Amino acid sequence: MTRAPRVVVVGASIGGVTAAETLRREGFDGEIVLLGDERHRPYLRPPLSKQILLGEWEPDQASTHTVAQAEELDVELRTSCTARGLDVAGRVVRTSQGDLAYDELIVATGSEPRRHPLLPMALTLRTLEDALALRDGLRSAHRVAVVGAGVLGSEIASAARKHEADTLLLGRSGTLTLGGVGTLLSDRLARLHEDHGVELDLRAEIVGAESGPDGTRIELADGRIELVDLVVAMIGATPRTRWLDSSTLTIADGVVCDRGGSAASGVSAVGDVAAWVDPFTGRPSRVEHQSNAIEQAVAVALRIARGELGTQPVPLFWSEVHGTRIHAYGWFDPERPLVEAAGDPGIQSGTSATDSAVLLSRDDTDRVRGAIGWNAPPRDFRAARAAVLRTPELITH
Amino acid sequence: MGIDVKRDACVGAGQCALVAPDVFDQDDDGIVMLLQTDPEGADLTAATKAERLCPARAITVTAR
Repeated sequence: MTRAPRVVVVGASIGGVTAAETLRREGFDGEIVLLGDERHRPYLRPPLSKQILLGEWEPDQASTHTVAQAEELDVELRTSCTARGLDVAGRVVRTSQGDLAYDELIVATGSEPRRHPLLPMALTLRTLEDALALRDGLRSAHRVAVVGAGVLGSEIASAARKHEADTLLLGRSGTLTLGGVGTLLSDRLARLHEDHGVELDLRAEIVGAESGPDGTRIELADGRIELVDLVVAMIGATPRTRWLDSSTLTIADGVVCDRGGSAASGVSAVGDVAAWVDPFTGRPSRVEHQSNAIEQAVAVALRIARGELGTQPVPLFWSEVHGTRIHAYGWFDPERPLVEAAGDPGIQSGTSATDSAVLLSRDDTDRVRGAIGWNAPPRDFRAARAAVLRTPELITH
Repeated sequence: MGIDVKRDACVGAGQCALVAPDVFDQDDDGIVMLLQTDPEGADLTAATKAERLCPARAITVTAR
């Protein structure tokens, strides 16, 4: 007697949800079990640092599915279920709700914020609860310190200004970073923050902090004291792989996978937790973007459902900072400055003003590897994206 | 089949207008605009691909 094949997806955020959904869409008719360690139905995380933090959306609006849509999918969702271990050879995942046998396992446990050792009082942002606590904190705060010069630091500083709090953004490296674009937009972003009243200190070394009745005193290495009533720390994320430590999978800043997302026989990984081999560098690397999680999940689901080998996703990233929409598509070499696309014969860029631009990353043979839209007219950014797509290596690799 | 778009969820990534240019466009702010609500054939296939790739999950293709 044979039972229907079972796919278990560990992690009910966008990567896990997309994998389950795509399996069904591609005709997989076995059992699909989706495990989530939160008590909520699956929801999107990008709105947490945007619409939810600004108070524009209620939590329900971030749900990935309506209840009716979820039922139609025919996926068994287990909430408040934590994965605790994995037997790769025996194809069993151990969970807080018992052992579960699988034929194919998809690891999609994401990442979690790194805690700042000197700032135990700092709020951070990963879950819906974090976002609601932060939103409420921003509503009543007069002075906020955001620690961390990455994209989440910039987005939270932007939300704090929208809540009319005095906002201090503290970094250490001297630059602001933005996802896969790295520091290439640092100067532009710094101007944007300053134009919107954010105090920037990008060479701040925190040496101590203390919370008292009048707020938190942050002590800096140069002797300055900053007194704030809310501290938020967004200093990077670590992949959630602790539950896999005793398994035979290779873990090296994420679950190491081949170019198609396979980690071992019967095990794949997608999203923030997954380090797929990068086709350019040949090294496993993690990409912390929502679009990457979606595309990796689609590729893995296609392989499981139809045996097709997927294609390497092209990184696509977006953010909104002080109302400026930023999109980045492709790959960005940190050593090569961006060039304005204005006047490029292949790309009709209407404007080169600093508040609106299309910026390109070119390689040494002048091919376009990446494109950035900075409040760009949609048609201009699409044209720039198409130039990335036309680059031959990106299609054949 | 029919298509619904949630304009307040759209992040203006433009995936839809790129993979299904006859079904989706973007306004000046990059927000999705629907060019037809009942696509058929190749347009429907492209719209379904756009639904899957939309990073904001702002597109729903539904059976009518």
